[in-house]
Amino acid sequence: MITREDVEHISWLASIKISDEEKEKFVDQFNSILEYFHQLDEVDTEGIEPTYRVVDLANVFRDDVACKSLTHEEALKNAPKTENGYFKSPRIV
Amino acid sequence: MLTQLKDQLVAGSSEEYLQKLFDKIEHSSLNAFTTLAKDSALARAREFDRKPWQGLLAGIPIAIKECISTQGIETTCSSKILKGYVPPYDAHVVERLKAEGAIVMGKTNMDEFAMGTSTETSCFGPTRNPWDLGTVPGGSSGGSAAAVAGGEAPCALGSDTGGSVRCPASFCGIVGLKPTYGLVSRYGLIAYANSLEQIGPLTNTVEDTALLMEIIAGHDWRDTTSAEKGSYIPGLKNGIRGLKIGIPKEYFGEGVDKKVEKAIWDAISTLESLGAAWKEVSLPHTRYALAAYYVIAMSEASSNLARFDGLRYGLRKDEDQDWHTTYSEIRAEGFGPEVKRRILLGTYALSAGYYGRYYLKALKVRTLIKDDFLRAFNDVDIIAGPTMPIPAFRIGERINDPLSLYLADVFTVPINLAGVPAVSLPCGFSGRLPIGLQLIGKHFQEDLLLRAAHAFEEATPFHLKRPEAV
Repeated sequence: MITREDVEHISWLASIKISDEEKEKFVDQFNSILEYFHQLDEVDTEGIEPTYRVVDLANVFRDDVACKSLTHEEALKNAPKTENGYFKSPRIV
Repeated sequence: MLTQLKDQLVAGSSEEYLQKLFDKIEHSSLNAFTTLAKDSALARAREFDRKPWQGLLAGIPIAIKECISTQGIETTCSSKILKGYVPPYDAHVVERLKAEGAIVMGKTNMDEFAMGTSTETSCFGPTRNPWDLGTVPGGSSGGSAAAVAGGEAPCALGSDTGGSVRCPASFCGIVGLKPTYGLVSRYGLIAYANSLEQIGPLTNTVEDTALLMEIIAGHDWRDTTSAEKGSYIPGLKNGIRGLKIGIPKEYFGEGVDKKVEKAIWDAISTLESLGAAWKEVSLPHTRYALAAYYVIAMSEASSNLARFDGLRYGLRKDEDQDWHTTYSEIRAEGFGPEVKRRILLGTYALSAGYYGRYYLKALKVRTLIKDDFLRAFNDVDIIAGPTMPIPAFRIGERINDPLSLYLADVFTVPINLAGVPAVSLPCGFSGRLPIGLQLIGKHFQEDLLLRAAHAFEEATPFHLKRPEAV
């Protein structure tokens, strides 16, 4: 069972503030969805390897040469706040 | 159809054709488009009319889903958090389309971040189904499908993470292909669940889908999972004599609408009359696919969507507080309820103490689901069944009960888990609403899959029927 405190903790981990109203709703919805997920417990997966990707991958190498990339101006164009040609973040410490 | 259209545009006028589409869209109640690239597209069409260029899609307009990056055209994933974002580069598929002479006409509506089955979670409001304006077009590529079915675009691209191309193709009565994982580069596709998703075409005919695949498939060094392409047009008309089709017993019965079930069996008879033979196969872990899919997709989403922090693009508050508060408030305001649900549940599934129970368990079940397909494909060449268990439902009918929406994806998500290709094509109607036949192939056998789909289409009238003016 997921509790209101669990939802608060997850929302902190995920960095999404949620309202009291959302908390109420999510507790119920998450419990019914997780209950549905618990049917996975019925499956015997002893000795089964997990599948992270479905097609085989080989390491891809390339020469370390500079190629065309976004200009400084293009890279900053969508940033809501910039300062002296940098992205401007909120205070971290 | 696209090949004929190309000839018509060379003989006539690409600008005139495009202007007619824009006029139609502006008077439409479908809400299929989010942004129209009128100025750039019309200018390009005028250039074409002055001096036509060569290319597989020379002069042909195409609609692109909101989550595929288009240089200079707003791309928001239908989310408030990305409002105003204008990509400084094109996705690989868009580069390829332009190289073949296509004209990007605009962006199409979708469920926010492709999380949905109905195109109702978009911040631009729901798209309507051209066959019945009170019903959903399917999702998440609902705008692309409605635009093509409603005659507002001759072809479109969507993306398919758990059925998001095939579901709207089925609900709107058109053709939609989810390619083998890795066949189409995901460079420039804004990620939701990157181990599952592929970009795919939505078109009026199977031949058009084959044509678009000739263009968008193939290796791209910027997507390290991308593979070499095959060849889709040359063998398309070779017929299906001797083809062995598997019918999975788990894709029929409880939960499947009776009219859908009948239309699929009629389709199987048609395929048989064309020289194919069918036998029953079993995909025993089908009933666990939905749970495994949602655990994996939500987990990947929680990680992929961490990048939306208001720093490099997207929504930002006027006043900054400390980092965590600022970040949490931007995301609270920018994401809609379904996106929040999936990020939060994904975060939970990956959090300390639950990783083994949910995420790792789902990945192991994924192995069993993939093995189901590989085993079945030892005996048969392709697998056939319904795309969706039901025809399109009413707008508003399921949106308040997330689980009931998830359950509609029962026959589409196993395909993404296994990474195999699957196409949906029209095979009948339930009243006014189209029904989709799903054909599933072996990894990288899109050629055979499209050949079977083309043979079916040639023998049936369903793709010729189009909704009345909307």
